[in-house]
Amino acid sequence: MEEKTPLIDELEKGPWPSYVKEIKRMAKKNAAAKDLLGVQELSFKEKVTHWKHGGIVGVTGYGGGVIGRYCDSPEKFPNVSSFHTLRVNHPGGWFYTTKALRKICDVWEKFGSGMTNFHGSTGDIILLGTTTENLQPCFNALTEIGYDLGGSGSCLRTPTACVGPARCEWSCIDTLDMVHNLTMEFQDEIHRPRWPYKSKIKISGCPNDCVAAIARADITIIGTWRDSLKIDQKAVREYVKSGMDIRTDIVARCPTNALEWDEKAQELRLIPQDCVRCMHCINKMTKAIRPGNDKGATILIGGKAPILKGAMLSSVLIPFMKIEPPYTEIKDLIRKIWDWWDENGRTRERVGELIERLGMRNFLKAIGLKPTPQMIKAPRTNPYVFF
Amino acid sequence: MVKTDIGPPNYRTMLPKVIEKNYGQWKYHEILKPGVLRHVSETGDEVFTVRAGSPRLVSIDFIRDLCDIADKYCDGHLRFTSRYNIEFITPNKKNVNPIIEETRKIGLPVGGTGNGISNIVHTQGWIHCHSAATDASGIVKALMDELYNYFTTMKLPGKLRVSLACCINMCGAVHCSDLAIVGVHTKVPKIDHEKVGAICEIPTTISSCPTGAVRRHPDKEVKSVVIREDLCMYCGNCFTVCPAMPLADAEGDGVAIYAGGKVSNARKPPMFSRLIVPYLPNHPPRWPEVVGIIKKIVEVYAKKARKYERMGEWIERIGWEQFFQLTEIPFTEQHIDDYTHARETFRTTTQFKW
Repeated sequence: MEEKTPLIDELEKGPWPSYVKEIKRMAKKNAAAKDLLGVQELSFKEKVTHWKHGGIVGVTGYGGGVIGRYCDSPEKFPNVSSFHTLRVNHPGGWFYTTKALRKICDVWEKFGSGMTNFHGSTGDIILLGTTTENLQPCFNALTEIGYDLGGSGSCLRTPTACVGPARCEWSCIDTLDMVHNLTMEFQDEIHRPRWPYKSKIKISGCPNDCVAAIARADITIIGTWRDSLKIDQKAVREYVKSGMDIRTDIVARCPTNALEWDEKAQELRLIPQDCVRCMHCINKMTKAIRPGNDKGATILIGGKAPILKGAMLSSVLIPFMKIEPPYTEIKDLIRKIWDWWDENGRTRERVGELIERLGMRNFLKAIGLKPTPQMIKAPRTNPYVFF
Repeated sequence: MVKTDIGPPNYRTMLPKVIEKNYGQWKYHEILKPGVLRHVSETGDEVFTVRAGSPRLVSIDFIRDLCDIADKYCDGHLRFTSRYNIEFITPNKKNVNPIIEETRKIGLPVGGTGNGISNIVHTQGWIHCHSAATDASGIVKALMDELYNYFTTMKLPGKLRVSLACCINMCGAVHCSDLAIVGVHTKVPKIDHEKVGAICEIPTTISSCPTGAVRRHPDKEVKSVVIREDLCMYCGNCFTVCPAMPLADAEGDGVAIYAGGKVSNARKPPMFSRLIVPYLPNHPPRWPEVVGIIKKIVEVYAKKARKYERMGEWIERIGWEQFFQLTEIPFTEQHIDDYTHARETFRTTTQFKW
């Protein structure tokens, strides 16, 4: 019998591409996708979710990578009574050959609902909805075509990186090589949850931070440079000639007043010691201003969403680190951070919250780092000091 | 023998030839028009990128459609962005217009670059999540239908990044977005005492509550917990550790709206998004209240902010008092923080506006 779905049908209209159309496309040939339409319609009608809490399912040898999901109305929607999701680790920078993509599609046509997210918030390819019986065969088929699962639960979540040197002139580190290297190094940490809670590594090539590393990663790696940014005066003059109001739009917007426009000489001058490498002038004058030559990364610690002690941005841990393969220094640092957190963290406590509870000084001591003024906005105001 | 721990495919095997050749050698880029980028290399090579929007929740046939376009014009390569956009990359300028045409033919908008609204980062909502207080794909579709022209043009003062999380767990960094929509519960968990005793660890459940609202059941014979309703702020942390305490409630659930966050370091340092609308009801299929208020804020921002100012920078300049005035959003007791970092949000100066 053809079920009617008047509420979600409304979302087939309008100019933005419709996910309802996408589910309907699969529903023609896949029973689970058809029931998914029904579940969505029911939720629209009743204004509550119809998915039950959790359920431990997975593939042999792993503790994560699969999100167990069961419908609370299996009698109405038998084909999604179990509707588990596989998180599949994406290739760095989300680059694909069509051959590789088509292979994933074929596997998912055979073993799942045919519905996907390209991609999930963390960066994984999300294969949305399959049965308990199909999980292992689907995983086996995925590994046959060269894919592996990403992280879920109290483990290292799939590390992600911005497009980096593949197609961006600002990347101060090789984000893609680094993310691949770290992902391969920490396979055990990704696949076998054993920590107080989740941990995230996100890598952005420059302070524009296109993968929101500072907001969501416990361990945040952001490319930067130590020397002076580079100005091509000829290209600057081209911008001015073509109508750019360089005083208002560039010089006045520099957060530390590190730029001056010499009208007479038609030159943009930098006071290098005042520059905080915010990227504004570089962003707006792509042809004229570029990051410096002495490139590396700032390592920051403790970023997270609000659950549970409130949202935190990562804070500076190492102002500058040279980042080169085989990335030994950063790997050693990451392991030290995890060991301290694993030893001291409470259940569902992220490393940022633990640092707040036990104190930054204890954390720095544990991982063997000396305090530097770059770590703080300002020194303490209170007199309650440990000696 | 099943293979494990093989990791993802190496990105190097996925790169288009021109990208491989110019890896790390890019010199500059420019946005030729909304959704079309040109990157120029030190080697003299150039690549063109056509960026298109996607609904994120897509079928495998959608992916195959993308592959068909990439096979025809991009030598069998494509990539996705962190905001779910699709990028077709080609060294051949002549391919740009045909890619745009074919992309439009399969119903996708070209845009999402520069000073406009890119795709909305979002979560699963009623499609797949057990703790969702609202839907995700549904609101996003309703919103993007209305904000469509901001995706395909670049007429805003600055970038405007919108995100949606279907509960306060906030999967996906919505706490640092120019505009964020967050699903909220407003009713305390409904406790199934029999189930709590059977499937939940009671000390863990009690200690999971950040405000101490979850208490042992006063009747020693009942192996369960009770909730002090005046202390519960519906975070759902207890539900995460104890499935017998669901919060979902058709009437109580809805969404809150936050504004002024960013992650980029450009000009001002990264900022958190701040609560601007504590609660709006869930009205599927098109959530008119949510769409209406977001549209209004975007329009006021478009009119009032200065060139390059992100939402948060604009609000910081004009002050929250003027933001609430201009957007005609009522200021309530819910806007004043009473959680962990409350004090740092209070105004400790006589400087303010009327």
